[in-house]
Amino acid sequence: MIPELGHFALTLALMAALLQSTLPLVGAHKGYRSWMALALGASRAQCLCVVVAFLGLAWSFAVNDFTVDYVSRNSNSALPLAYRLSAVWGAHEGSLLLWILILNLWAAAVSLRSGSLPLPVRARVLAVMGWISVGFLLFLLLTSNPFERLVPGPTDGQDLNPLLQDPGLIIHPPVLYTGYVGFSVAFAFAVAGLLGGQLNSAWARWARPWTLMAWSFLTLGIGLGSWWAYYELGWGGWWFWDPVENASFMPWLLGTALVHSLAATEKREVFKNWTVLLAIGAFGLSLLGTFLVRSGVLTSVHAFASDPARGVFILIFLAVIIGGALVLFAWRGPRVLESQSFDLHSRETFLLTNSALLAVATGTVLLGTLYPLALDALSLGKISVGPPYFNAVFVPIMAPILVLLGWGQIAHWNRDTAQRIAQVLWPAGIAAVSMSICVWLMLEGPHRLKAALGVLLGLWVTAATLVALYDRCRRYQQPWRALVTLPPAFKGQCLAHMGFAVTVIGIALVSMLSSESHVRLAPGDSLSVGQYEFRFERTRDVTGPNYTGTAAEFAVLLHGTQIAALHPEKRNYLTRKQSMTEAGIDAGFTRDLYVALGEPLDGGAWSVRVNIKPFVRWLWLGALMMAAGAAIAACDPRFRARKRGVLGSSGVEQTVHRLA
Amino acid sequence: MTPRRKRILVICLSVAGLGIAAALILTAFEKNLMYFYSPTEVAAGEAPDNRPFRLGGMVKDGSVLRTQGGLGVWFTVTDFNQEQVIYFEGILPDLFREGQGIVAQGQFNQTGVFVASEVLAKHDENYMPPEVADAVKAGKAARQGSL
Repeated sequence: MIPELGHFALTLALMAALLQSTLPLVGAHKGYRSWMALALGASRAQCLCVVVAFLGLAWSFAVNDFTVDYVSRNSNSALPLAYRLSAVWGAHEGSLLLWILILNLWAAAVSLRSGSLPLPVRARVLAVMGWISVGFLLFLLLTSNPFERLVPGPTDGQDLNPLLQDPGLIIHPPVLYTGYVGFSVAFAFAVAGLLGGQLNSAWARWARPWTLMAWSFLTLGIGLGSWWAYYELGWGGWWFWDPVENASFMPWLLGTALVHSLAATEKREVFKNWTVLLAIGAFGLSLLGTFLVRSGVLTSVHAFASDPARGVFILIFLAVIIGGALVLFAWRGPRVLESQSFDLHSRETFLLTNSALLAVATGTVLLGTLYPLALDALSLGKISVGPPYFNAVFVPIMAPILVLLGWGQIAHWNRDTAQRIAQVLWPAGIAAVSMSICVWLMLEGPHRLKAALGVLLGLWVTAATLVALYDRCRRYQQPWRALVTLPPAFKGQCLAHMGFAVTVIGIALVSMLSSESHVRLAPGDSLSVGQYEFRFERTRDVTGPNYTGTAAEFAVLLHGTQIAALHPEKRNYLTRKQSMTEAGIDAGFTRDLYVALGEPLDGGAWSVRVNIKPFVRWLWLGALMMAAGAAIAACDPRFRARKRGVLGSSGVEQTVHRLA
Repeated sequence: MTPRRKRILVICLSVAGLGIAAALILTAFEKNLMYFYSPTEVAAGEAPDNRPFRLGGMVKDGSVLRTQGGLGVWFTVTDFNQEQVIYFEGILPDLFREGQGIVAQGQFNQTGVFVASEVLAKHDENYMPPEVADAVKAGKAARQGSL
């Protein structure tokens, strides 16, 4: 009964979505207020229906209703309740339902939190989101219904993929989806702006907090995914340039460009076309990511099903939505084109250059991801483009971004001189260079120069951000209090930039200085890596709710004293007869010690992987700082102000705004 | 600076930027592209001798042989038409087992042994890497054709 109810709720949601996507648009065009207001009610009703459907599926998992095909394929009565619930999004149909749920939550949030916007704008934005929802609901109902019955049902289910039975999976997909579905709001704002012919600084101010929130979630989601892969896949990597990772990374890159371009559009009414294109592109890449993951063209942990019909559906939908938006852009773009002028040496130029570089970086990732697929589709051979390609191309593009980021944050809007910026920034430059030289001298190993160069870039951004903060504070009478009263947008910016620097430093150090050994060890053996000694103490058998396995105990000694005990496991999941590696990790601020079991060899010995990962935690710490920075910036009250007159919190603040 | 000169400068800079990016991409592509070959294609001598490529197929039943006291392992992959012996030293992925479709990345050494630097197996036991599925299909078809 409950699954049928869920199915019915989805059909109702489709009706609401159809209503939401048509009448308000006509209303906005003709000026009928009641038709426009319909968008608000329809989006909330639709959201309610989807929530009901989602809860229906969750209920079916909770009560082990194996007559529901999707439940029987992805759950098992021995599976703990938390994993039964997260199994809702453990495979194709359910994760698509999650996608729709999140889209609806965003739309409902827009309908509730956009009271300060003119009604036609709200109506258009929600109508565009309605179109996206119609497409995905149709897709779900026609090709991948999660409520499909299986009669008679099996006595027990086939269990969830063991790889996904992990706390990381409970949070990673919802957070990631919240991020990349969130770009639909920026997209909807862009299309609504094109439709209404209103693309000015007010428009950018409305779109900014939504885009920042989406970007914040996406950053967090990618960070979580990387962390999950690190401890769960059992070989100590944190980024694989896997096509599915790229699918979430490309919207992030373009979204980063968008966040910055929107800032320029808001403050100075420049780059409107570029901003609109980026908004379309970021969401287009989110849809492309969905296509790549869902169509089964990729070989990956995320590729659930290979059903060509599904791929074709998403591809057509992608073409309609993005193609339509681009046609609209070509048609309406010139009317909203006129831009303010600015000097070559100004913050605008730096923002533009950086967002262009980010777009180029996106392009290189896109090429590396799609080229093998295109060749295969045209039967021109099967190739793969490995991490070396991405590293070789990506690093030289990111390096200038970091250099310009330090310089550009100091630059004034409209007009500035290199001389003034150099006067402000020289201490930052000297600090970064001297500290990096110290780092270079302290490090060992063949790659220490590259590591130090990465650290230099990170320190440069950090130092320049601190200078920017100081530069801003010292204009106040009480500089320390200014730290509190500074606009959240600026504080968020500083935090996010420092987070980026922390991630960069982490990447440089862990990529260049990690050590990895594959060895054969029997209980009682030990292995020395650098100054650490890993001693294989013993193994014992373990039994979990739905697996059996072997747990090993390793003692890690530093100069003869034990500093950590690691417990890597090898598990055998019973239903799927699949073996899984659980790494034993001792996490630290400056290094992780990582041990994973390979396979049992003769005589009680095991093949063992031992990694030392310096500064790997910094990657995720930086991602957290970036996400927090964007969230803080999104909460800036300035974005919720009705008119330009109520900017900032006080008169002084406002003058400073003007100055900056 | 006049708007005209400014525009010219911006255009020149973007062209130069794109040029550099294109050059980077092309060289990186040239160096890092890796082709996939099935055992049948390798047997026919189509695979390169002196650069890495990807080789895929099903791990033949009973072919996995470990070296004594080390981490070396010998195994055979087949597309049910031809076979190829592979040597790998290191830790095999969790889903590596006999009868499983795998992709090995590596190259021939001087003595003509295919030495894998990396062995990839799918994360899901029901799912075959698409390249391997195609290779096996082609291999079976070729076998039937020759009978």
